[in-house]
Amino acid sequence: MNMSNIWFIMKREFNGYFATPVAYVFIIIFLLLTGFSTFFVGNFFERGEADLYPFFSLHPWLYVLLIPAISMRLWSEERKSGSIELLMTLPISVFEAVLGKFLAAWAFTGLALILNFPLWITVNYLGSPDNGVIFAGFLGSFLMAGGFLAIGSCVSALTKNQVIAFVLSLIASLVFVLSGYGIVLDFFSGWAPAALVDAISSFSFLTHFDAISKGVIDMRDMLYFASVIMVWLFANAIVINARKAD
Amino acid sequence: MTLRIEIEDLAKHFGAIKAVDGVSFSVKKGEVLGFLGPNGAGKSTTMKMITGFLTPTRGTVRVCGHDVLTDPIAVKASLGYLPEGAPAYADMTPYSFLRFIADIRGLSGNEKKRAVDFAAERAQIKNVMFQPIETLSKGYKRRVGLAQAILHNPPVLILDEPTDGLDPNQKHEVRNLINEMADDKAIIISTHILEEVHALCTRNVVIANGKVQFNGTPHELEAMSRYHNAVCVSVESAEQDKFSAFLKSLDFVSDIELLSAERGVRVYPNQGQQITAELSQAIRANGWSIDSLYAEHGRLDEVFRTITINSAQGGK
Repeated sequence: MNMSNIWFIMKREFNGYFATPVAYVFIIIFLLLTGFSTFFVGNFFERGEADLYPFFSLHPWLYVLLIPAISMRLWSEERKSGSIELLMTLPISVFEAVLGKFLAAWAFTGLALILNFPLWITVNYLGSPDNGVIFAGFLGSFLMAGGFLAIGSCVSALTKNQVIAFVLSLIASLVFVLSGYGIVLDFFSGWAPAALVDAISSFSFLTHFDAISKGVIDMRDMLYFASVIMVWLFANAIVINARKAD
Repeated sequence: MTLRIEIEDLAKHFGAIKAVDGVSFSVKKGEVLGFLGPNGAGKSTTMKMITGFLTPTRGTVRVCGHDVLTDPIAVKASLGYLPEGAPAYADMTPYSFLRFIADIRGLSGNEKKRAVDFAAERAQIKNVMFQPIETLSKGYKRRVGLAQAILHNPPVLILDEPTDGLDPNQKHEVRNLINEMADDKAIIISTHILEEVHALCTRNVVIANGKVQFNGTPHELEAMSRYHNAVCVSVESAEQDKFSAFLKSLDFVSDIELLSAERGVRVYPNQGQQITAELSQAIRANGWSIDSLYAEHGRLDEVFRTITINSAQGGK
């Protein structure tokens, strides 16, 4: 694998977000929604606790909605405009291209996440939070965003149509969140064996994200997200190989 | 002469459709191979397989000695490719686009700057370097694609319809550019513009229904025309019947065709030989005075139709 190729692809893709208003619109919407969910849904002030739990707890749901908007263009646009033929006849491997694009989208999401720093300042001003837990929260949120992006990137390779890519990614992401949600697990626990229920729940982003965002940085949760990302990116490369010319 | 592109028994089937079916040819350094054929004949599919974008159903492609299946990166590094329609990243400017291509091609620093400058200069896009590509005209977009293909001075160029959609002046410029580069490269261009056969190509491959129907020089292609070396002649005194009978009696004439009073008669030679001199001598010797006399080279459009339509009928 050629690291500089990955870097060049990533740089181009990252700048691509800012070539159109998409990046700014996305960042503004993201900040508005995180702010709204922290103060009005998460009741940041009413709780009276110096932590960012209200901020992080709704991230999975925000990501289900917003991450597909970032990932949908990654490959469907290349396929629609035909530039994929140019990209895939440059002396790079498919996986370098997949990884470069994914890292660009991930870096962009990371930027949007970091721009929430005023909340961190606020909570430090108002009280004395455990900044280790807050750091863990950001790390967990970032890893989870990577998981959603990898799903979205793979799905966007399946179609030339960005709207279809958006909707399919949203549904796929929803599956990965819902499988850890109480109501869904209750539905299974009535009749399915406990091992299956555990398996379903252990596949959920929610389960692993909750653990990390509570400040428990467990190697298994980190590995979970790392392997989700790798599996989906690997599938992404296979899809590109098989369907790039369609 | 070194072989730069070697293609053997190349085939691509899409389900039951045999888009390319057993194509073989090779291109040497210094050659400009004109790839002709009707739309849907398999030109673009063949080019996509040479450049490693499509995986062949069977057959081999070697570019500068590298096999496209076992060493695709080396193949891609040694060629410049202008895909059909010259796709590019619409929201980039030609400047940032070419710099991105230079990065991927492994150029950096001064070398990169020079390569971008050189390619922009050759493709004549210097005046639009900082406008988003999506705002450029079709001609400029095509030339941005061309600049991208020649940027790293590759030994092999694959250009899919490089002059499609350009106006006559732009076509002329692009042909000049290709001719200038021809000496030290192996170039394949696909086209269905027959005038480019003479303007550009040192050799032609005609493909129809996924198979090679002709492989030879432009001159050989012309020679396949029934008009090749035919002579149009008109004489002053209009005793047409007598003149026709006289022409038919000549032993190097196979057939004649009456055109019109002004244009006279078209005389077809035996076995495509050159008969201009003999014919004019024979006519004068018999006391006619010649109004006009000229030889035809052969008509590419007619040859093209004959080759591609016959193969379509043969294929069914």
